[in-house]
Amino acid sequence: MSTTTAVPAKSVAASPAVPGRRASRAALTRWLFVAPAVLYMLAFFGYPLVRNVVMSFQHYTPRTFFTGEAPFNGLDNWTAVFGNELFTESLWHTAVFTLGSLLGQFVLGLALAVFFSRRFRLSGFARAVLLLPWLIPMVVSSVVWRKLLDQDTGVLNTLLMNLHLTSEPVPWLSSPSVALLSAILVNIWVGIPFNMVILYGGLQEIPREMYEAASLDGAGPWRTFRSITLPQLRPVITVVLVLGFMSTIKILDLILALTGGGPADSTQTLGTATYQLSFQQLDFGQGAVVGNVLILISAVFAVFYLRANRSDFGQGK
Amino acid sequence: MPLLRRRPPAPVLLLTLLVASAGLTGCAREADPNTITVLNSATDKHEHDQQQKFFDRCAEPLGVKVEQTSVPAAQVATKALRMASSHSMTDILELDGSELPQFADTGGLVPLKTAGVAVDGLSPGAVSMGSFKGTAYGIARSVNTLALFYNTDVLKEAGVTPPATWDELKVAAKKLTRGKMFGMAFSATPDADGVYQFLPFFWSAGGDEARIDNGKGEQAVQLWKDLVTDRSASSAVVTWNQQDVNDQFIAGRTAMMVNGPWQVPVLSQHKSLHWAVTTIPVPVAGKAPVAPMGGTVMTLPRTGDTGRQATAAKILNCLNERRNQVGWGAGVNNIPTRASAAAEYKADNPKLAGFADTVATARSRTAKVGARWPAVSSALAGAFQSVLTGSSSPEAALKRAQSQATAGGE
Repeated sequence: MSTTTAVPAKSVAASPAVPGRRASRAALTRWLFVAPAVLYMLAFFGYPLVRNVVMSFQHYTPRTFFTGEAPFNGLDNWTAVFGNELFTESLWHTAVFTLGSLLGQFVLGLALAVFFSRRFRLSGFARAVLLLPWLIPMVVSSVVWRKLLDQDTGVLNTLLMNLHLTSEPVPWLSSPSVALLSAILVNIWVGIPFNMVILYGGLQEIPREMYEAASLDGAGPWRTFRSITLPQLRPVITVVLVLGFMSTIKILDLILALTGGGPADSTQTLGTATYQLSFQQLDFGQGAVVGNVLILISAVFAVFYLRANRSDFGQGK
Repeated sequence: MPLLRRRPPAPVLLLTLLVASAGLTGCAREADPNTITVLNSATDKHEHDQQQKFFDRCAEPLGVKVEQTSVPAAQVATKALRMASSHSMTDILELDGSELPQFADTGGLVPLKTAGVAVDGLSPGAVSMGSFKGTAYGIARSVNTLALFYNTDVLKEAGVTPPATWDELKVAAKKLTRGKMFGMAFSATPDADGVYQFLPFFWSAGGDEARIDNGKGEQAVQLWKDLVTDRSASSAVVTWNQQDVNDQFIAGRTAMMVNGPWQVPVLSQHKSLHWAVTTIPVPVAGKAPVAPMGGTVMTLPRTGDTGRQATAAKILNCLNERRNQVGWGAGVNNIPTRASAAAEYKADNPKLAGFADTVATARSRTAKVGARWPAVSSALAGAFQSVLTGSSSPEAALKRAQSQATAGGE
């Protein structure tokens, strides 16, 4: 639709004998094409973003919803949030959670993608089965994992104890020192399909001839992987990591359903901190502060992504 | 193609208009004069139908209909706030008792007295649950509280009588712990469930939510810790919500549990499970337990339409007539707030007498700290969680909780 309508607009503009009125009409037409996108961006990205930043400088409480008054309170929200232990703890947890999840998801995803790139019997079926975690709603998988990881009745502990790998049940979700690790493991499980699918797609794009040339040159599997697969896969790896980063750093549903931020706040992340401040304590100003920090971190990585993308695709094409 | 050339901007303009008009459609829809609207958390079909039954009973004589909007309990407050800001608030707003002060504080609720809703004859605890700074804004038809459920077969077999004091509780729980069965279970999650279950112990010990570090609440945290250290209760209690605790009880993995009357319908489905209810053990024999009072209150938001408000007020009065309170309480397994209705409920449900007795002395969570409750609640949760997981001593944990609860000022 958009391509067919774009053609006449271009031909009008390119026509040499265009009087002034028609030229301005053409310019207007061009702007009208841009307008929906711009309006959409302003309405659904610009407005909430600006609103969130403004809100972080306001005393925004339930009263605001009734009276419409949200007095500005300077940096009060910011100092309160940055002085709150919960915030510093969740910042740290978020960093550990994001790095751990990405590392696990990526390494396992890549290993599986390489594994499945050699065709063998039932490989298509096995690949489809591995996609399942992706299809299950996050809350559902968290609830199921909560049962699996239960200390006394969970399948995992029963298995470990029957195999005599441990004499004591592992307190997967009930010990502050293990709970964050458990959350990371569950998130890795959730994220493997995404990594695998994208990386598998990337692997298919690598020309077969390169591998043939490598084998003629006498390169072993590891050398081939390092010198051909990895460099050829780089643009795809960037995409996978950045998208993974963005979806992991704002994690909320998985944690809420799995541990609720506990035990003893050991799995509080920036996402759960925002949720707690805004929707539990109904202090929307302070919640907005944490939200802004999240947006800022994501924005920094979005810039990295754009730059990395430009250099990757710019050279090749 | 020629057709397209003549009017290229048409679809574009249409889109633009659509986007622009999206900003204007947030306006309130025209209210139907013969329908009173309600926002509540009755997402469960059984509860929704029960609600409708009593609404219909009260609305029919007035010649109006009642339409419920039900959202999950955790979302009622935010949904109500959104409705308030878009001027589409319902005529009746049913809030959890612990959320009432925050709403009353906004000035967005009509005092019941002004609207003509009478709260005389209701238990003082129920009135205080619906009040903010001495003014009643919400009326509770029924309330719930916590008590000790125990498996009668298991206790009989072990020769254990239901514990009445904390010492008896510790001894009984230890004796009942065998193989895969723990003696005791409670919920200690870092949310409303865990805090609700902590309060009867905290308050009975003399704990004070306005001064968490008054030196008395420590015993309650210590009791929970002892039960877990003795292995009379699983250390996984920090991850069990009240539903999980009930599941453990049904599965025969705990001999006793703290829980509320809303679990009774589920428990009754398991015919082979024999259980009874008693009051929650207290620190010293002979003292009555101080348990929290939970439940919802119905409020009248300030919508500006006094005609509809008067109709809604009449419905509230009707819902709280003795006969309707008894019927409602029986329908949802909660204890009516009207003293005479509570007595009738107790006579009808002798098995649940433990709840009816506890309610008489139960306290509302927000009576003392009002709108600060969410901060106090999360501070208390942090305290018992850090003690149960061994990262803090009871004294240090409650001291920290007090400073967290008062960090917001006010």
